[in-house]
Formats: sequence, C-alpha cells, structure tokens
Amino acid sequence: MDYGRSERPAGAAPLPTAIKILIAGGFGVGKTTMVGAVSETRPLRTEEVLTETGIGIDDLSGVEEKSTTTVAMDFGRITISDDLVLYLFGTPGQDRFWFVWDELALGALGAVVLADTRRLADCFPSIDYFEGRGTPFVVAVNCFEGARTFRLDEVQAALDLDPGVPVVLCDARQRESAKEVLITLLEHAMKLREARRRAAGD
Amino acid sequence: MTRPGDPTEQEWVDDHAGPVVRPYAVTGGRARPVTGTFDLISLVTATRNEVGSESGLGPEHVAIVGLCQRIQSVAEIAAHLDLPVGTVRVLLGDLAARSLVQVREPRATPAGLPDEHVFEAVINGLRAL
Ligand SMILES: Nc1nc2c(ncn2[C@@H]2O[C@H](COP(=O)(O)OP(=O)(O)OP(=O)(O)O)[C@@H](O)[C@H]2O)c(=O)[nH]1
Ligand SMILES: [Mg+2]
Repeated sequence: MDYGRSERPAGAAPLPTAIKILIAGGFGVGKTTMVGAVSETRPLRTEEVLTETGIGIDDLSGVEEKSTTTVAMDFGRITISDDLVLYLFGTPGQDRFWFVWDELALGALGAVVLADTRRLADCFPSIDYFEGRGTPFVVAVNCFEGARTFRLDEVQAALDLDPGVPVVLCDARQRESAKEVLITLLEHAMKLREARRRAAGD
Repeated sequence: MTRPGDPTEQEWVDDHAGPVVRPYAVTGGRARPVTGTFDLISLVTATRNEVGSESGLGPEHVAIVGLCQRIQSVAEIAAHLDLPVGTVRVLLGDLAARSLVQVREPRATPAGLPDEHVFEAVINGLRAL
C-alpha cells in the first residue's frame, strides 16, 4: 500500500471522534449484508482471541495448554464528516460471547436488531440484551422471499416489545433501506435520550 | 521473553505455528499493552512518516505506522493486518510508549448517550450519503 509520504503532517488537525452502531440478530439474518450495504467499503472482519485462563499469559510455555476461542466481528465504516466517523459492527453469535457484546455495546449510539419472520424467536436474545442494558434499539424485519408477511404490530406484539420501540421493514441488501433503518434508530435514540434527561429532572 | 524483532521470532512463525501461537509470537508472548486501553474504535494516526529499523520494532509495528498514515480505528488495523485485536493492542501500546502514534479514545459516555448534536450530525450525514 502506498500512502503519500507528505500526507500526514504530525499533529496538524485533531483526530475525529468515532462512534458506533451495532447490527444484531440471529444467525444468517442479514447482519453482514446490512453492514456492507451502507458502509464505504465491503465489510471488514476482525477477530478477538479469547483465552479461558487469565493467568500465566506472559509465559510462552503455557500457550498450548490454554483453551482459546476466536470470535469474529464484521464491521464497516461511514465517514460522516471530518470530525465524525461512524462504525457499524455486526455482533457475533448470540448466547455465547456476551462479554464481547459488552465491549461492543459500551458507548454505542444504539443497535439495530434484525429479525426474520420465519424464525422470529432468533432475535429474542438480542432484544433481551439491549433491553437489559438500556441500549436504544429498533427492530428491522428483513424481508426474505417466501416469508409470510406479518403486520408490523403483529411483530411488535410477538416480540413483546415496549410500545415505544420502532419496528420497521427493511431489505438489508439495499443501501437506501439500511440508511432509513439507521436514521430511525438515531431518531429513536435521541428521543430516549431526551426522555431520560427529563426523567432525571433537569 | 522473546521480543518482537528478535531472530528467535522466526521459530514461532513457521509452518508448525498454529493460528493461536502466531499472535503471541508477534507480541513476544505479551497479552496486554504497556500503555493505553485501545477501544475497538479508538482512532490512531502515526506521528511519523515511517520508522527506521533502529527502533527495535518488529515488522508488524512498522506495518501499523504505514497503515496509520491515514487515520484508522483499532478494528481496522486488526482487519488489515489480519491479526487479532488483542495482538494489535499490544503493538499499539509499544508504539504509543514511543510516541510513534497518537490515539483518540472514543468519547466516554457515562450517561450512556452522547450529545444531541452528534445524533443530528450523523442523521444529516446519513441522509446526504
Ligand atoms: N432475500 C433476502 N436475502 C437476504 C437479505 N439479507 C441478507 N440476505 C441473504 O441472507 C444470507 C445471510 O446474510 P448475512 O448477511 O451473511 O447474515 P448474517 O446475519 O451476517 O449471518 P451470520 O453472521 O452467519 O449470523 C446471505 O445469503 C444474504 O445474501 C434480504 O434482505 N433479503
Ligand atoms: Mg455475518
């Protein structure tokens, strides 16, 4: 890779602020597809190697005795402006790796929970997780072919969602559709933020 | 302990080294950075155009400085170098300790959510895409 030598004058401009949104949901529901549809580049993949034992890590001789797991995360980048960069992270498999979720959710603006009406229950763990954490989220029903069409209020009821949680239809492959979902999430998160601020009494 | 750039590092990167061993070899077996925490979306930029071999750094350190001629997140560095995030954190710690990179941690949000103007900027930015 060739980056111009004169491209980066040291300490010239302050670094931008980075923010993130999570794309969650069950296996194969379209998380990576949505990340790719709206990001600047095709989704990137990063891995965390988790070690079961926390001690003796500095000792190379102990390496082969440790049990390790690799958790992969897909993500993409959207440069909003010179001082704001948005990252979208597809969350790794539900039910395990909750501490990776904790790391991802920390400081996130909010989350999109993708749902497939053919197997709606697959997104329960995601919803439980974000409800429990108080992370703003919306549910986006990904419209796969052959899926029976549900009314959105049926989905809302089936998922037992708080009435304030937006439920929208989407096509995770379409950039415009993915953008709309993200905007719905941000507007919802702003409202929540305002409501919480008022509830806190200032 | 094996240090990055040591000749013995080769032993750990040969065909017998599995995907687990290699990251340890790159960091000389260290699991934690000497300095810094490095969130996945911490943004990193190099403070120099290149680093010479005089610094005792390994090829992965040099590669990071090369990559970070443009601002990159920790996650992007890990993805481009095909190394686990934990490994990249250790390497970044080495570079930060030598002031070879500048790091911007994401805004801490104790109250949970950032300022309204951040939301507005993102919404407008997405609409303009
Ligand atoms: N028809 C249709 N297919 C979709 C849509 N979104 C994703 N797909 C397809 O569904 C499959 C799974 O999509 P992925 O984006 O890989 O799903 P994922 O949630 O990242 O999957 P895992 O990471 O394995 O859990 C792919 O073959 C996609 O092309 C959609 O909106 N409509
Ligand atoms: Mg995926």
